[in-house]
Amino acid sequence: MRMSVSRLNFFYGAKQALFDINLGIAASKVTALIGPSGCGKSTLLRTLNRMHETVRSSRLEGEILLDGQDILTQDVTQLRRRVGMVFQRPNPFPKSIFDNVAYGLRINGTKLPMAEAVEKSLRHAALWDEVKDQLHKSAYDLSGGQQQRLCIARALAVEPEVLLLDEPCSALDPISTAKIEELLVSLKDFCTITIVTHNMQQAARVSDFTAFLLTGQLIEFSPTPHLFTTPADPRTEAYITGRFG
Amino acid sequence: MNDRLRWRKFVSNFMLTMTGICAVVAVSVLFFILGYLVYHGGTSISWNFFTKLPAPVGEPGGGMANAIVGSAKLLLLAALIGVPIGFMGAIYLAEFSGSSIAFVVRYAADLLNGVPSIVIGIFAYSLAVLPFKHFSTIAGGLALGVMMIPITLRSTEEFLRAVPRALREGAMALGASKSRTIATVIVPAAYRGILTAILLAFARVAGETAPLLFTAFGSRFWSPGWNQPTASLPVMIFTYAIAPYEDWHRQAWAAGLVLLGLILVINILARAILARGIAVPRS
Repeated sequence: MRMSVSRLNFFYGAKQALFDINLGIAASKVTALIGPSGCGKSTLLRTLNRMHETVRSSRLEGEILLDGQDILTQDVTQLRRRVGMVFQRPNPFPKSIFDNVAYGLRINGTKLPMAEAVEKSLRHAALWDEVKDQLHKSAYDLSGGQQQRLCIARALAVEPEVLLLDEPCSALDPISTAKIEELLVSLKDFCTITIVTHNMQQAARVSDFTAFLLTGQLIEFSPTPHLFTTPADPRTEAYITGRFG
Repeated sequence: MNDRLRWRKFVSNFMLTMTGICAVVAVSVLFFILGYLVYHGGTSISWNFFTKLPAPVGEPGGGMANAIVGSAKLLLLAALIGVPIGFMGAIYLAEFSGSSIAFVVRYAADLLNGVPSIVIGIFAYSLAVLPFKHFSTIAGGLALGVMMIPITLRSTEEFLRAVPRALREGAMALGASKSRTIATVIVPAAYRGILTAILLAFARVAGETAPLLFTAFGSRFWSPGWNQPTASLPVMIFTYAIAPYEDWHRQAWAAGLVLLGLILVINILARAILARGIAVPRS
């Protein structure tokens, strides 16, 4: 287990968004969080690198461990270097392609040769061949799918142990989506991946484990083939067969 | 039905014409002023105007070199006071303050922005002239600087707030601290707007006359330093325009033309700078 969540309760002000979540995230595997809109899957993902703290009135109870250590007592910037995140919409910085990837390395004061590190990350994100001749152009010149892979490269550059992805393909076309899914599977060698998706087929294609959430509760968590073929809970079955959601 | 259609077309054409006329009027005022300045002051602009001191009454020629340098010194002081305070204050407002503090500061800045410039002049007079018992460049710069604070602060804050939340989150998710995020992502993303705002503030105070009348005062000679009164273009225009001499009037027109030209040059330079770099696309 790379990360483990236990007895997690989460509140936005007085409203409880997550109820008593217990979940383990296996190392070098892809774990998918699925569920209908508003079920708390994004909230759960954001607690894993404490991005929930950007929301002022939020409150968290319970325990989240990374490699056996409590993340809530760690320095938050250190934690986020180890647990990276890619967002729903591509959010490159208003900088060149090169500077986007180098950003995380620079703020961490790396001693690595920058050009090599940037190339390595872009290769891992399957973007190098498309951008190697235009590294100093604006990141906004890229297509949406390329921008999202750039954001993945940017996150990979600091060599995180865990990579969190919050519906990374929801703003992309099917071809870009396919490229990113392919990429995720290949990234398992470097890091542990947790992905939120509202697309069940995507969860089935890329993940090793799937967690199904409904109204802030973890309904079912099991190996992906198992969850999609022989769900234990009738609500899971109803959701994956498309009866609601 | 036909009548109604004809009526609608008439209203549409009428409004289109009116909006067009208003747009033309808005633009032509600028060109009218510019043309008037060139017509009256153009003949007095020569190399001497930029290099010579004002000539005594009745003697032809002479220039306003001391006023041009004086204005530059005053604006430099104003920028040194107004820009850092406005900019830093805006960062605090946009990124760190609670909503009630932000409301109070914003409200106060708007009020300060509305304070007549002559009142700002009295303020600078009592703060930087009375205690030292003489007019000075510093006092003038202080008055102009105080005027720049609210303009810079309010518009910088707006531009910082307009930076998409996604960019902040992107930086923070890479392990950037809040101050790091502001310095490396938020301010760079907003810098075009911020620079434009600062230049507008600059152009606005460049032509201010009232607060300079009893702070920097005026002078017909070179100002030897910062602690002495200095000539400035707007005050020079005022003095020359109300004087009873024909060629002083021409000099005043020329000074107006130079002042407008300087502001225009600053604007064009700013736009050239802004055209470079990478802007966040509007979504």
